[in-house]
Order: sequence, then C-alpha cells, then structure tokens
Amino acid sequence: MATDVMIEARDLTKAYGTYRAIDKLNFSIRRGEVVGFLGPNGAGKSTTMRILTCFLAPSSGTAIVGGNDVFEDPLGARSVVGYLPQRAPLYQEMGIVEYLQFVAQLRALPPSEHKARIKKVIEITGLGDQLAKDSIGDLSKGYQQRVGLAQALLHDPPILILDEPTSDLDPIEKAEFIEYIKAIGRDRTVMLSTHNLAEVEASCPRVLIVSKGKLAADGAPNDLANRSGNARYVLEIDGKKRDSKTEVSVDTLTKALKEMSSGLTVKTLPSEDGSIEVQILAPIESGKDLRREIFGLCVDKSWTLLELRREVVQLEEVFRELTVGDQKAGARIEKAGVAKAAAARNAANAEADKDEDSDEDSDEEEKE
Amino acid sequence: MAEQAKSTKSGVLRGGIGSPLANIWTIAKREFRAYFNGPMGYIVVTMFTLFVGLLFFFLFGTLVLRRATLQPLFTSMSALLPLLCAALSMRSFSEERQRGTIELLITLPVRDSDVVVGKFLGAMGVLFLTLLATITYPIALSRMGDLDSGPVIGGYIGILLGGGAYIAIGMVISSYMKDQISSFIVTSLLGYILYFMDKTLIFLPQSVSSVLEYLSTDFHFKSIARGVIDTRNLVYFGSVITGGLMIAARSLSSRRWS
Repeated sequence: MATDVMIEARDLTKAYGTYRAIDKLNFSIRRGEVVGFLGPNGAGKSTTMRILTCFLAPSSGTAIVGGNDVFEDPLGARSVVGYLPQRAPLYQEMGIVEYLQFVAQLRALPPSEHKARIKKVIEITGLGDQLAKDSIGDLSKGYQQRVGLAQALLHDPPILILDEPTSDLDPIEKAEFIEYIKAIGRDRTVMLSTHNLAEVEASCPRVLIVSKGKLAADGAPNDLANRSGNARYVLEIDGKKRDSKTEVSVDTLTKALKEMSSGLTVKTLPSEDGSIEVQILAPIESGKDLRREIFGLCVDKSWTLLELRREVVQLEEVFRELTVGDQKAGARIEKAGVAKAAAARNAANAEADKDEDSDEDSDEEEKE
Repeated sequence: MAEQAKSTKSGVLRGGIGSPLANIWTIAKREFRAYFNGPMGYIVVTMFTLFVGLLFFFLFGTLVLRRATLQPLFTSMSALLPLLCAALSMRSFSEERQRGTIELLITLPVRDSDVVVGKFLGAMGVLFLTLLATITYPIALSRMGDLDSGPVIGGYIGILLGGGAYIAIGMVISSYMKDQISSFIVTSLLGYILYFMDKTLIFLPQSVSSVLEYLSTDFHFKSIARGVIDTRNLVYFGSVITGGLMIAARSLSSRRWS
C-alpha cells in the first residue's frame, strides 16, 4: 500500500528567521483522495503547497511527491504535479493556445499530442468560446483562472495541487468546478486549499486543517464536526404556563434543564415579547438526542413549546474553534503595522505556544 | 465539466522532463516574442537605430573623415549599448516576479539554468535584430568608397559580445529586483561604469590602470573592432557572460531557500 501514497510530508518545516511559517507538518495523501486544505490566512497553506511543488525548499524535513523526494529529485516531483498557484501564473500578452503550447513544450509532451491535449483541456475548462480573444489579458478574471487550471491539467497529472482554485469564479462556475474535481478525483490525487468551507464539505471527503503552521485536524468533514464537542439545541417556550397562566422565569427553565441532564450549558437568546428562547449546548459524546427529554420536560411542567430544534455542528464551527488563536494573532499583527509585523508575530507565536500545549494534546487524540 | 471529466479518466501522466536544449529553445522563443507582443521591442529597436544614426552622422560630420570608415558608427553604438541592454534585460526576471509567472516557470520540470540561458538567448535575439536594423549604415557608406570588411565584421561581433556581457549583468540585477525601472537604472549605471573605466586611467598609477583597463568593456570592444580578434578579448566577454548567467541561475534557485 505504501506505493499508493502520492504526497507525503515528513516533519515539514519552513522558517523565516525565527518565525515558522510551517512547523513540523506531517501528513500523507493517497491515490484517489481529494483533500481540502484549510486554514486562516497566514496559517501556512500556500507555503506547504509551494514546498510540495518545489517552488520553495523546506528548512527541515522533507516531502515525497509521486515517489520523488523534493530535495533529491525536484524535476521528477515537478513533472508529476499539476499546480495552480493562488495567483494564476499567466503571460497576459499570449493567446490561450499559444500559452498552453508553451507549457506543453516545457512539460515535454510528445509534439503529436499537443493539439489533442490542448483541445481537451480547453473543452474541460469551458474556454472554447473565448479563443477568439487576442490575449489572455483580455479575458475576465474567472476565465483567466480557467486558463490557469487548463495549464495544470495539460499533462494529465496524477497529482493536482490547487491553491484557492475557486477564488475568482462565480457561484455557477464554482459549482461546476466542484463537480469536476469530484469526478477527476476518483483516480487522481487532488489537494486543494480554500477559504470556502461549504465547498470543502461538498467536494472533499477528507480535510486537513492547519493553524499557525501546525496540523490542527485531519479527517472527514463529518467526523471533525462530530468531534467538535457540542451538540446545539434551540428551545423556545411561551412565557406563561398553559394552565395557570403564571409566568415562567428564565431561571426556572435553566434550573429545570440542568436537573434533567447534567453537563448542559444554557444561554438565553433574544426572543419576542412573551416568550423565552434559550440555546442549549450538550456534550456530544453522550451521543444522545435530547429533544425527546426536553419535550417531556415541557409537558411535565405545562410549558407551551413554541420551537425545538437540534442544530448539526457545521465544519465552519470546527474550523473556527481550531483556528481561533491564529486569527487573534493575525489581528494583533495587523494592529502592530507592517514594520513591526515580524516581531509581533514572533511574540504571538511564543504566547500561542503556551496555549498550544493543550491544543497539541487534543491533536494527538484526534490522530489516534 | 463533470461529464467531460469521466472521459479524461486514467490519470496517465503525459510528458516528463524535457532536454535542456529543447527547454532553452522554447523559453528563448517565448522571450523573443514577448518583446514584440507589446510596444517594448519596437520602441527599443527604433530608438536605438535612430540615436545611433544621429550620433553617427554627427560624429562623421565633425571628424570630417575623407575616407569610408565605420569607426564613428561603432563608437556611437558602443556608447548607447549599455542603455539598450539595460532595457532588454530589465524585464527578464523582474516582470516574471511582478506578475507571478515565475511560479509557473519554476514549478515546471525545467532546470534553473534552462530558464536563465533561454531568457539570455531571447534578449540576444532582439539585440541581433536591432543590429540588423543598423546594417543600412555600412551599406550606405560602402557606396562612398571601398569599405574594409574586417573592421565591420569585427565591430559587429564586438557589439554582440559587449551586448551579451551587459545583458548577463542586467539579468543578475533583474533577478534581485522586483521593479523593472530600478533594474534598468542599476544595470545602465553598472554598464557605464564598465564602459568608462578605461577612460579615467590618466589619473591612476600604471599598476591599477592596467587592471582597470582589462575590466573595461570598451577597451576590449575597441580591440575587436580593429578587426583583430584576440583570445584575451574573447576570454573577457566569455567570462562576464558565463559568470553573469551563473549568478542569475544561482539567484533564481536561492529564492527557494529564502
């Protein structure tokens, strides 16, 4: 099975002075996996992708891409990867076909195949009706992104590394693109970074979340959501009891709920006049659906139930929870200004390292 | 897109790693075309030919030379060469970095040396074309009397070699600078320092002046333009070009480690 591993990062580290853009990253991706690579800005996503495509060299550790070590055989590694950087690397003055021809030549595609392959990728990326345009610079952003993608697909690579491939696409194009990634992902390895969590849930059976240069989570979006710790219920009842018309206070409600099941957190939500609305957070490991019990409680106490729903924890929340320290550090850096950015980041990192001890523990649990 | 994906199923890798020669040729061709895809190439060629012409006839007139000689032509060309070459080399890497296309070039299965040599040859192609445009001057002059072909051929070879040296230096500068204009200014400054180096020798002691003389581009150029091609001159231009290209390639790969 070892040969099935297409991308492997071993203790991958990239340091700029004392600041570590990525810090001992370990993961492996198999053939046929579509993996979403998530993290807030500055978490190290692009750096990792740039190392895997040999644009940057790691400071320590190594990566194996399609069986080629990025240190020992960078050309071999580059030849098996199709890469779309965050900013599509286009020569604006060239025509679409001319540009693809240039890439085909440097990828050493047999000349007899050039025409057919270029035609194919133009068809796949829906660029056919844009060929009349003189140069790539005349295309809209979305189409330019497609040209970038066409370039990455040209040599039919077994590994695709796409850095925010959908950032310049409109919603319809995005949806099409996700379908396409799902389809080609069956027999290829695709690693794509994005900010859009809905996209990841739709297209990636597995996600890697990086935060502050470290791997914060690795798993299926659903599993990660379930591991996040809490299930959320929203309950709304009428402010007056059904029979006696006596008022129900928030305290009574909270107390009754906590008595019903231990470990609950109850928070009051803003509600309409005459009703009480609360959010109930229950630890997920109990695995129990509390709706029946809550309904039973309302019946016992003669409360009029206006609304009761259980909310599935979204990947977005998991993401926020895992990367919250990172975002705070980012905000602090913005305040510190550009000149002091490096110093501030170091400070934030040092501070975060302390907090991280507990994070790391939970990471290890997750890996297990 | 999705339906089409099914038909591309297989994931069989096509292509691989191209030979250095093939890659250099592909990159040089693109580079050469890029100059003429925008106004850049046309402006550079026209300006150079025009100024060389003006300077040539001005010098020719003031010197009142009564024989058919091309010396004033080569003097004016070599004086304007640092500017021309700075304009040709400023975009080589600065532009790629500015636009982010360097990320494509470096992540394609292409050696750094292929990129550097390809870009150098592309710029040399434009230089060659520019020189071709000035060939009307010797043709016009040959009608005035017998033109000795030795110094003409020597002059053109000298200009090509000197231009190669300036372009190689410009590529080093461009590989360190993101801004084309700064790259242009620094390269032309360096070019003129090398050009004027043998013209300040009267103020210096003999030991220093002979070293500086050897370092000056114009000293070697004048020697070749006499129609005598000496190995000393070839070694000089050869080392500046090779050295420059090696440093540019080094700078390209060192970006990875930064």
